[in-house]
Amino acid sequence: MSDDGIGASITRKEDRRFLVGRGTYTDDINRPHQTYAAFVRSPHAHAGIRGIDTSAAENAPGVLAVLTGKELADDGIGDLICGWLIHSRDGEPMKVGEYAVLAKDTVRFVGHHVAVVVAETLAEARDAAELVEVDYDVRPACVATATATADGQPQVHPEAPNNRAFDWELGDKAATDAAFENAHHVTKIDIVNNRLIPNAMEPRAAIGEYDFGTEDYTLYTTSQNPHVARLVLTAFVGIGAEHNMRVIAPDVGGGFGSKINIYPEETVCLWASKRVSRPVKWTGDRSESFMADTHGRDHVTTAELALDADGKMLGLRVHTYANIGAHLALFASVTPTYLHGTLFSGQYVLPAIYVNLEAVYTHTAPVDAYRGAGRPETSYIVERIAEAAARELGMDPAEFRRRNFIQPDQFPYQTPVALTYDSGDYPTILDRALALSDYASFPQRRAESEAKGKLRGIGLSCYIEACGIAPSAVIGSLGAGVGLWESAKIRFNATGNVLVYTGAHSHGQGHETTFAQVISSHLGIPVDHVEIVHGDTEKTPMGMGTYGSRSLAVGGSAIVKAAEKIVAKGTKIAAHLLEASEADIEFKDGAFTVAGTDRSKTIQEVAFAAYVPHNYPEDLEPGLEESAFYDPGNFTYPAGTHICEVEIDPETGVVEIVNFTAVDDFGTVINPMIVEGQVHGGIAQGVGQAMMENCVYDDDGALITGSYMDYCMPRAQDFPGFKVATTETPCPHNPLGVKGCGEAGAIAAPPAVMNAITDAIGTDMQMPATPLRVWQALQAKAPAMAAE
Amino acid sequence: MYAFDYHKPSSVQEAASLLASKEDATVVAGGQTLIPTLKHRLAQPTDLVDLSGVAELKGVKMDGDTLVIGAMTTHADVAADATVRSAIPALADLADGIGDAQVRNCGTIGGSVSNNDPAADYPAALLALGATVVTTNRSISADDFFTGMFDTALEPGEIVTEIRFPKPARAAYAKFPNPASRYAIVGVMVAESSGQIRVAVTGAGQDGVFRATEIEQALAGTFSADAAKAVKVSPDTMSADIHASADYRAHLVSVMASRAVAACS
Repeated sequence: MSDDGIGASITRKEDRRFLVGRGTYTDDINRPHQTYAAFVRSPHAHAGIRGIDTSAAENAPGVLAVLTGKELADDGIGDLICGWLIHSRDGEPMKVGEYAVLAKDTVRFVGHHVAVVVAETLAEARDAAELVEVDYDVRPACVATATATADGQPQVHPEAPNNRAFDWELGDKAATDAAFENAHHVTKIDIVNNRLIPNAMEPRAAIGEYDFGTEDYTLYTTSQNPHVARLVLTAFVGIGAEHNMRVIAPDVGGGFGSKINIYPEETVCLWASKRVSRPVKWTGDRSESFMADTHGRDHVTTAELALDADGKMLGLRVHTYANIGAHLALFASVTPTYLHGTLFSGQYVLPAIYVNLEAVYTHTAPVDAYRGAGRPETSYIVERIAEAAARELGMDPAEFRRRNFIQPDQFPYQTPVALTYDSGDYPTILDRALALSDYASFPQRRAESEAKGKLRGIGLSCYIEACGIAPSAVIGSLGAGVGLWESAKIRFNATGNVLVYTGAHSHGQGHETTFAQVISSHLGIPVDHVEIVHGDTEKTPMGMGTYGSRSLAVGGSAIVKAAEKIVAKGTKIAAHLLEASEADIEFKDGAFTVAGTDRSKTIQEVAFAAYVPHNYPEDLEPGLEESAFYDPGNFTYPAGTHICEVEIDPETGVVEIVNFTAVDDFGTVINPMIVEGQVHGGIAQGVGQAMMENCVYDDDGALITGSYMDYCMPRAQDFPGFKVATTETPCPHNPLGVKGCGEAGAIAAPPAVMNAITDAIGTDMQMPATPLRVWQALQAKAPAMAAE
Repeated sequence: MYAFDYHKPSSVQEAASLLASKEDATVVAGGQTLIPTLKHRLAQPTDLVDLSGVAELKGVKMDGDTLVIGAMTTHADVAADATVRSAIPALADLADGIGDAQVRNCGTIGGSVSNNDPAADYPAALLALGATVVTTNRSISADDFFTGMFDTALEPGEIVTEIRFPKPARAAYAKFPNPASRYAIVGVMVAESSGQIRVAVTGAGQDGVFRATEIEQALAGTFSADAAKAVKVSPDTMSADIHASADYRAHLVSVMASRAVAACS
């Protein structure tokens, strides 16, 4: 095996260009004759548009065009779309309200796109944007998640009475109700999964370029899925056609789900570039990101867990309101349904489950996938209620979980909520995490904290997720508008180095290194001789992009399939060169060898022969280039146990994370260093949700947390060193045995943190556990204790 | 930001005459509040008078028992200055806790004091230490200088040139930062000078920085952390936002005062 292949913690190939400041992000690109777009956005959460006076703006210096929804309609540009059709439990399809590129006659959130000014310079565009006069008929707004369906609430879309987009269910209601009737004990909790703003380091940006010579469009944009963007923009929105639209997503500085959706801005840049016959650039500023990027989470849930006298789980009943904001964004319908409801069995034997989820429109920014996408919301419910149940039963939370685990000999395991878990060993993960966190001696550490006047708590989170989305036939039957396979093309050059084209997109994940390591192990080509090409629809085969921790499990598997084709063709060439039978050729460590001899040809020699086919099999095509598409047979099921330990200053409510342990089973690990980095980042994001981040709108729908003055992001000093380890049960159904690691930390951390905090303060509370809220929870508890 | 004319004078006199002669000129010191305000198009001055080229406004010196800090001295320079560290270590500590490294490298004491942000740290130091603000026109005691949220005794065209701090017997600053912005939710400076105890609070009050007289009285009786903590501060005049309720701020005033007292000892 090569020393830079699978299992090696080599440094990331892509980091050189980032560290020396030579990354190429969308805003770094400037096109000849480029112009600049500035958007006029609604300052109101809900208003009718009586009229738009663009005359002053049109006459302002440098202005080339002032465009509104009227010009969009004139040009036949359609609305933006949601890509997954969900049906309500009464069989009705979800109610889809208008998602216009520029508002037609109504604005539905603060930041809603009303008009665009295209000008020679950015300053001129912004100056002129202020001169666009919009006559608003301001109306009351519907903002709060839990009350959006109540009678009398302002209506977001006429198509969706009571603001209900869909009322979805999963599981067996009758069996679950029966489980509760037979329960020895029922634990009930109320949960708010706080709304988050993704905050990728690079704000969204786009350059639209229409070439009136070739009549082709090019879009440079911050996308996690450039081919999906091309498909939506051409086939649904109606700009050009797939064969004359090129979408380039160059270096992208983080996505976390917010760069999946196809937004108004990039649509407008493309469309306007034809109108002005020049490239149109827009780079979002941070305020625009806060207002109008898709947000995440925002669920309000009631959950009940039925238990028998031995502490075994009998049934789980969940009702949730999920806020989808003003529009159904691209993945907004699948995130709170099939990416969410299907995980409620957790790591447990849970015989009966019933989930009912009402998705509600509100006058807020659209809500879509955010790191974990539906699965963090599930794990948060399952792991918070598991911990609460253990405490109510007086059981050790670790022992309670152990008693309910699916056992290693039960795989494949069919849950009551559709999924079949393929592999796992949950007791081993738990044992490892308990040992690493020194769980047994926690009481001693708690006593030491108490002696200092501090409160100490410990909390577990035994999460599971479904990654590697997804088998296309399965998701098609559930309403997906696309298939979710992935593609790869391997091109050997004549000199023996390799280009790999992938349909996945790297925006921080390290694909350029990890995928090259797969090539190193499978073809014996050193990582330095492998270049990974991604993010350009004109270079790579059609691909579905990167989200849901899918790139290695699905895209990496496509690379393995393509590598197998390379080896198959190489074997024919080598057999010819070595004057041997194909059946006698073995491929190992980059060399084709006649079995039992020392006669061999390196794969580089074979590649050379393929491109200089002077001595070559008669019936074989020259060249060494193979493509493969891979459609997975199942989801993958990463799982783990995270343990958080906190110390709280009761005087101020300040929570310090003093220990954080993460033991994860990601199947086979390609690059342990990159995986550890993904786990660190995920934990930081999860802790951010649990303790700091919170998107707040006021009752009128104004965004209170519109900047970093009020939206708190985690900082390095907020964390201790993490104790991170992995266990491995390889995925049995993909060729790499990998499961995916990108979202685990963000899924696992919030319940671990909140279980630790509620353990310390001895009372329940909701995220985020800011100092104010922790102090308030302690204050609320204090009089109650005094009365006892 | 909107267009403006930019001036970079090399003397205080030149700066003052520019301010007087232009229609709506604004001074920019470190720019940590003004530049974001301009970027958000929330201000539209005709002229910007940048004081960064005025050498006479920078630096730290002792004048007898008085520490004198030039208005254009950055927070980072105050934090690192040996003279400040020796005369009033609490002041160096306070400067070291403002914002982040970038803010401390640009932001200045004169800019902070002139802006009088209700959550800025320096106003608490000036008020507790009984400092004097020296301007192009006059000297103003800290008690008279801070007149309310974002409001000071400065007249139009008047420029702060230096701050004079009498060396205290002891002093300490305890800050509870806003988790998001790192401005003070509550910042308390406790100082004892010439037998008098002064306790100044920033971040908490609806009208900006104020003296916590009940805590001063309690500490005059017994200078102890417990004495400060025992004072129940009224929430009635406290500000409230998503990060801290008025109750919480009132509570934190006592807690932070007690921590400052503990740090004094």
